[in-house]
Amino acid sequence: MADLRNDFLGIKSPNPFWLASAPPTDRETNVVRAYKAGWGGVVWKTLGEEPHVVNVNGPRYGAIHSNDRQLIGFNNIELISDRPLEVNLREIKKVKREWPDRALVVSLMVPVTEESWKTIVPLVEETGADGIELNFGCPHGMSERGMGSSIGQDPEYIENIARWCKQSTSMPVIVKLTPNITDIRQPALAALKGGADGVALINTINSIIGIDLDTMSPNPNIDGQGSHGGYCGPAVKPIALNMVAEIARNADTAALPISGIGGVSTWRDAVEFMTLGAGNVQVCTAAMTYGFKIVEELIDGMSDWMDDKGYTTTDDFMGAAVKNVVDWKYLNMNYVVKAVIDQDKCIKCGRCHIVCEDTSHQAITLERNGERYFEVKDDECVGCNLCASVCPVEGCIDMVQLTGGIDPRTNQPVSTEYANWTTHSNNPNAV
Amino acid sequence: MANNSTASDISTHRLEQHEYENNFSDIHPLLDGYQASVEASRCYFCHDAPCVVACPTSIDIPLFIRQIASTNNTGAAKTIFQQNIMGGMCARVCPTETLCEEVCVRNEAGGKPVKIGFLQRFATDGYMETGDHPFQRASSTGKKVAVVGAGPAGMACAHRLSALGHDITIFEGRAKSGGLNEYGIASYKAVDDFAQKEIDFILSIGGIELKTGSYLGQGLDLDTLRSDYDAVFLGLGQGGSNNLRLDGEDTDGVINAIDYIAQLRQADDLSQLSVGRRIIVIGGGMTAIDVAVQTKLLGAEEVTIVYRRGISQMGASKYEQDLAQTNGVNIVYWAMPVELVEQDGRIGVVRFERTSLDNDGKLNSTGDGFDLASDMVFKAIGQVFLSDVFAKNQAPELTRGRIRVDDNRQTSLGDVWAGGDCIDGGDDLTVAAVEDGKVAAMAIDKFLTSGEV
Repeated sequence: MADLRNDFLGIKSPNPFWLASAPPTDRETNVVRAYKAGWGGVVWKTLGEEPHVVNVNGPRYGAIHSNDRQLIGFNNIELISDRPLEVNLREIKKVKREWPDRALVVSLMVPVTEESWKTIVPLVEETGADGIELNFGCPHGMSERGMGSSIGQDPEYIENIARWCKQSTSMPVIVKLTPNITDIRQPALAALKGGADGVALINTINSIIGIDLDTMSPNPNIDGQGSHGGYCGPAVKPIALNMVAEIARNADTAALPISGIGGVSTWRDAVEFMTLGAGNVQVCTAAMTYGFKIVEELIDGMSDWMDDKGYTTTDDFMGAAVKNVVDWKYLNMNYVVKAVIDQDKCIKCGRCHIVCEDTSHQAITLERNGERYFEVKDDECVGCNLCASVCPVEGCIDMVQLTGGIDPRTNQPVSTEYANWTTHSNNPNAV
Repeated sequence: MANNSTASDISTHRLEQHEYENNFSDIHPLLDGYQASVEASRCYFCHDAPCVVACPTSIDIPLFIRQIASTNNTGAAKTIFQQNIMGGMCARVCPTETLCEEVCVRNEAGGKPVKIGFLQRFATDGYMETGDHPFQRASSTGKKVAVVGAGPAGMACAHRLSALGHDITIFEGRAKSGGLNEYGIASYKAVDDFAQKEIDFILSIGGIELKTGSYLGQGLDLDTLRSDYDAVFLGLGQGGSNNLRLDGEDTDGVINAIDYIAQLRQADDLSQLSVGRRIIVIGGGMTAIDVAVQTKLLGAEEVTIVYRRGISQMGASKYEQDLAQTNGVNIVYWAMPVELVEQDGRIGVVRFERTSLDNDGKLNSTGDGFDLASDMVFKAIGQVFLSDVFAKNQAPELTRGRIRVDDNRQTSLGDVWAGGDCIDGGDDLTVAAVEDGKVAAMAIDKFLTSGEV
């Protein structure tokens, strides 16, 4: 039985699954329900200064669905906690006292003044919470007031605020990063310089979820109008994975502990974040889609997978994929693959043929002896993986490596030597 | 109380009123929007899709399903109607399990085809409810075409020709148009008077005059039509039923299945329709299934289909056979009737002999047999084209008793086309008749506008 116990910046939790700072962690009732369901920790919904904010009274959420109404992407225009600060602090203190084995981190967002931060941080410390997370991420609402992502887009602010917080508390300080930026390494580096103990990413991506074509209003529709909101859910996972990897594989930021966030819905998603260097993961949309019970699947799935692989603790695989994420220029140009279609599995839908014919390299047949028959023409196939990507049947099309002989497309011998773009004859800057 | 097992028992009101309503309700209720969306998302949008090839009218099935998936229902309906103006009825009556759905690649991936028929109905019903018509007539050509028979072939032909700008007159013998859609198919496949709604939908394009009560051969003859019109299309159907060729076929209680089904389809109150307690149906096609299931649903206790060959030779699909058996119909294979035994002036018993195929594939009696008591015997062994509708020397050439046509559905008479069940090679399917009508219309248009055939 794998050991899922987690230690992130010294904050201990029975498993690496935390609920992210968001509606599910807004109050004692929800947080206690989450702990009872088995969540390892929570990041309490972001606290701000008094007077506390108010939310719109119209809809706050919008969604993109598949045809069978599976939720693919989700966005929100909810602000930070709209409850009095004093009430939140009292509940946090109580919950932490009653659930000492679970992680309880408090998310914060106040204006960019030293006084504001140095006032609120000690109030949190007094609750006995395990740490604070600085919300520099929300792209909607609060950003118009100079907070949230408007801080996360300015490394100088990040560094300063992280420093003020570190000066005010002995609790670990986590900086939550916004993805609404060109190079995620810059704010991560700023957090590190400011003395932050770790980063959490990604916050939501700025978005308009869709337009109602009858009213011409963006969704969610507030009396005929809409505003940009934060996008999350399964659709954003690839963006989050890349940003986590960028920080983990960059020498200047590699030492920074990462709490991985962005579309984690299954144990597999969580493992992927952790192989790219995340020390734990935070979940929101999946819980908001299905309720807290999903944590059972997260725990079981990760544990079973670890048992299968012979991993005893999460440290055994944490960061295991980081070294394999490289710049394009280091990819092996001598790695030659061809698509191979398993004729026993092929259902003859013809999708591979038409996408290759229309949009790629005309490398798949349509028929043989007057019958539908889809076969790869090795002399045309560039091994792009499009056919395998669109094939409805899992495992029907494989990309198979040529390990010798002549590549029938290029008529060149297949080399077993590693060679990349940096030395390629077509590269004007070849070394 | 059970009736004496030997006395004849024919009766109305076998069921409570609500049982009739339940039994003859829509066999496959319309999908709702969510169901259609989920089902549509199962379609792989195959390239050169096998379902399109399998459809006699070549409907672009992947396209209309994708249009449903993207909530473009109007587009989906137009894609269907473009190829098949009776897409609504075909969605209900096509044996999709032997056509588009049989070749769906989803049979291999997941074991179940996309429910193409249900999706087609979703699109066409949704569109027809709007009261709109998807096509506009081209400007008038001044040409006139006579269409004889308002069944699927005739209606499809008339519609396409009207769309192309010709003026059409349809001559239909019966009181209502629609042919077998109105008088033939099982009631639970086309509830709520759908056949007539579809006729109204087709006629709403304009340019089509419908004359009911006009039978060919009864004050209407082909030569006159040929001289009064620029072209003629014959969608005559098959007016006669095959006989068992046994003594006593005119005995009370021995009935042509097709006639009984017509009666049932036209009944205002099904409880008033007489049905026997013990029913025998002879035959193995869709009509046999339709009459067997419907008599069972009318309250018959024992319904037995007797077919002279085996499961795989049966004209009715496996799906239809299952439908019959699910409804409690017993199917006896490999037996043929050899004697109709009259009792008290009505059919009483049918004597059967068992059959088998010899090495040459010829059907033989095994000599062994059995008797089945019966109150009603339905003959469902096929229809026959009645060529006596043509006056002397006016008939086009026939092959195997039906009208011979070429690939364009042109008969041996240069200005006469034909389609549906009356032509040699006719497929006995609504969808095939629609295709005949459409193909003929395109050929007639070419003939009328360019003089080419």
